[in-house]
Amino acid sequence: MAADQSPLAQFEIKRLVPMDVGGLDVSFTNASLFMVIAIAAITLFLTLSMRGKALVPGRMQSVAELSYEFIANMVKDNVGSEGRKYFPFIFTLFMFVLFCNLLGMIPYTFTVTSQIIVTFALAALVFIGVTLIGIIKHGFKFLTFFVPSGVPVVLLVILVPIEVISYFVRPISLSVRLFANMLAGHTLLKVFGGFVVGLGLYLGWLPLGFIVVLTGLEFLVAFLQAYVFAILSCLYLNDALHLHH
Amino acid sequence: MPQLDVSYFPPQLVWLAITFVVLYFLMARLAIPKISEVLENRQNRISSDLEEAKRLSEDADKAKADYEASLAEARSKAHGIVSELKAEMAKEQDASKAELDSKLAVQAKEAEASIQAAKETALGHVRDIAADAAKTTVGRLVDLNVSDADVSSAVEASMKGGA
Repeated sequence: MAADQSPLAQFEIKRLVPMDVGGLDVSFTNASLFMVIAIAAITLFLTLSMRGKALVPGRMQSVAELSYEFIANMVKDNVGSEGRKYFPFIFTLFMFVLFCNLLGMIPYTFTVTSQIIVTFALAALVFIGVTLIGIIKHGFKFLTFFVPSGVPVVLLVILVPIEVISYFVRPISLSVRLFANMLAGHTLLKVFGGFVVGLGLYLGWLPLGFIVVLTGLEFLVAFLQAYVFAILSCLYLNDALHLHH
Repeated sequence: MPQLDVSYFPPQLVWLAITFVVLYFLMARLAIPKISEVLENRQNRISSDLEEAKRLSEDADKAKADYEASLAEARSKAHGIVSELKAEMAKEQDASKAELDSKLAVQAKEAEASIQAAKETALGHVRDIAADAAKTTVGRLVDLNVSDADVSSAVEASMKGGA
């Protein structure tokens, strides 16, 4: 198998416009291109579909309103009324991940969310933001978040380190979940695509059928992972705001 | 795995930061206000329509109550008229019946009197006939000429005794 036909070749970054600012590599890559395409697509979709401002929405306007209400309800149900302030951020996060996932489903495109550094950066942004919100809101009381209430002191010696570790693992689990789902799905599609060619005209239909089914599943995963990313961000935000345990 | 090539991290992070911040402002300033405005307008329109419908329904209820009240009034009025008429008719009927009764009573009395008179006349005639018959019978049987006065007294006595 040639290098450019490797199942992982689709994840390779290519510098389209090499740039350097003060020694920092800021090249416009294929990943950058699809980030720009994603935010352009999101903005065009939401503004063009809402252009009519119809009282009775058409098909596209319904979808735009649905995505808005979906996230608005998610924030309301999981964070409460205090979450209203953070709704634009959660909405942006959801739309960005969703469009990057969906754009990746188009053949020959680049899947931004299959890059661990991208998903980790987003997860770290959520983690640091949420932690700062918690500290600003509760001050030192925020540390009580790591101390489960109603537990004997002896057990706290074990439980507090566990709580601390599980808290700091959050950005890793959040980013790896999205990254791994995208990576696995796209790699599998590519591997089975290789089988279609390899098995030829007679047996190649079997992996082709599998690819069709898997493509449907991948669309589901694309949506589901964006949803999971957004709802976990909501839950973390809720923890920081309310220190519930 | 190409994803773990650290040399590609800076450009990705830089462009992620640029695009994400741009998207955040596009959403917060442009898309979200637009959508929430439309949703709010729709909510307002729906609640105002509902209020209007409630008002109209109340009006309809009031009109129905008015109609029912006037219907009940008309019905009771009609009832009054009917019962009044009935009473009047009964009174009239009673009056005409009483008149008829008295007329009939007078006629009955008159009839009774005339019957009585006829009876008395007939009874008077009976005596005369009986006396006549007795006189003739006696004359025939014994060839005795009895005076009218004797016959009449005899008849009187026998009628009294025989009665």
